[in-house]
Amino acid sequence: MAEMRRVTAICNGTAIDHIPSGHALQLLKMLRLDVGRSNPISLVMNVPSGKMGRKDVLKIEDRELNQEELDRLALIAPKASVAIIRNYAVAEKRRIDLGEELVNIARCSFSNCITQNPNEPLPHKLRVISADPLEIRCAYCERGQDIDEIADYIL
Amino acid sequence: MADLITMDDLTNEEIVELLDIAQRLLPVAKGDVYAPLLQGKVLGNLFFENSTRTRMSFETAMKRLGGEVLNLSSIGSSVAKGETLYDTMQMVNGYTDIAVIRHPRQGAAQYSADAVEIPILNAGDGAGNHPTQTMLDLFTIREAHGTLEGLNVMLVGDLRFGRTTHSLSHALVRFGATLTLVSPKSLQMPAEIVSDLRSSGKDITETEDMSAEINSADVIYMTRIQKERFPDEDEYAKVAGIYKLTASDLGGAKGSMIVMHPLPRVNELCASVDSTKHARYFEQAFNGVPTRMALLCRSLGIKVPKKVT
Repeated sequence: MAEMRRVTAICNGTAIDHIPSGHALQLLKMLRLDVGRSNPISLVMNVPSGKMGRKDVLKIEDRELNQEELDRLALIAPKASVAIIRNYAVAEKRRIDLGEELVNIARCSFSNCITQNPNEPLPHKLRVISADPLEIRCAYCERGQDIDEIADYIL
Repeated sequence: MADLITMDDLTNEEIVELLDIAQRLLPVAKGDVYAPLLQGKVLGNLFFENSTRTRMSFETAMKRLGGEVLNLSSIGSSVAKGETLYDTMQMVNGYTDIAVIRHPRQGAAQYSADAVEIPILNAGDGAGNHPTQTMLDLFTIREAHGTLEGLNVMLVGDLRFGRTTHSLSHALVRFGATLTLVSPKSLQMPAEIVSDLRSSGKDITETEDMSAEINSADVIYMTRIQKERFPDEDEYAKVAGIYKLTASDLGGAKGSMIVMHPLPRVNELCASVDSTKHARYFEQAFNGVPTRMALLCRSLGIKVPKKVT
C-alpha cells in the first residue's frame, strides 16, 4: 500500500482509509478534531487508490473513535474503512453506519426552517430517505438537503 | 397523542372515516344540533401568521362542540419579545388540551409536536403543509363527486409556496388521482414533492398552460399567487395575474366539474364563476367546520356517536 509509506505507522489510535479525495479536512472538522486537541494527526490527501482513483487517509494517534463519532462521517465518507490500532496492529475494524436519523450532526440548510433560530433548543434532526443514492431531508421542514453542500452545515 | 402535521399521519382508511364523521357532524356545524362532545376541553388557537378562515372555523368547530378557545397572536405577545417557539409551546401545553398552530417558519408544527405532550394540528407552516385544509378539500370533492377515487384534478397557480396544494396533491395521488400541475416556471411544485408524487406511479403533468385540461378536469383547484412569500416586488409583478379563470373559460367543461379555491382570491378567480354550477369555494370554506370538528375529536380521543342528535 503505497500511501501507507507516506506516513509512519501509528502505535495506538484510529486509521480512516478510503476517504473521498479532498475531504479529509472536512472529516477532521466533523470529528471536531480540527481545533483544541493535542493528539498527533497525520493527514494524506489525493493519493492514488486502486478502488477510488484518488483518496484521502487520516491517522489519529492515541484516540479510538467511538461508533457515534464514526457515524458522523457517513454524510461525506459512507464507504470509508476504519481500523482501531493497538500496539501497531489492527485490533478492530469498524463500519460506518448512516442510520435512519442524524441527530445534531448537521443542521437544515433551508433558510426558512424553524431550526434556523439559534435559540430554539430542540436538536437538529435530518432523516435518511435513501442511502444509495444518498437522500436526506430535514425531519422538521422536510426540505431535501444538497448532499454536496452538507459539509457546510455540520454542527 | 394524535398529531396531524402532514397527510402522512393519516391512512386512506382514516381519511375516509374522518370524512364520514364530518358528514355526521354537519347538523352540529350548521348550528341545527348542539352536541357538547368537547365540553371542558380547551383549544389553543396559535396563529403566528394571519388567518381568517382557518382560525375562525377552528374556533367555531370547538365552540359548537361545547369546548373553549384561547387565541394567541404573535402581535403583542411574548413572541414579539423574542420568545422561542419551544418556550411558547411549554406555556400552551400547560393552558390547553390541544393546539392548532400556524407559523411562518416551515417545520414549526413538527417542532411544536416534538416540544409538548398535547396534540398539535398543523394549520400551515411556511410553505410546508396544511393538512386540515386538505381534509376540507377532500370533503368538498367527495360531496360533489361521491368518491375520492381516480379523479382528474388540475392544481393551478403558486404551487411552489402554496402549502394547500402540497398537502392536497399528496393525498390525491394516494386515491389514484391524475394530476395536472399548472404554474409559471418560477412557481413550480418543489422537486421533492413532485418526486414523491411520481413515485406513486401515477402520471403527473407539469405545464404552464391552464387551458389544455379544463374540459377533461373533474376538479380545478385555483390558488392565489402569494405576494407575501416573494422577497421582492419585481419578482411578484412578473407572475401576478398570470392565470385568470372566468365563466367563459368553462363553456366546454364537464357538467360535474367543480372549481375550488382555498381563498382569499385576488384576480385569479373571476367573480363571474361564482354564479356558475361549478363554483364550490364558499361551500369549501364552510366545510372547514365539520372536518375540523372531526379532527379535534380524533386528536382528543373523543368518539363521535353514529347518530348525532
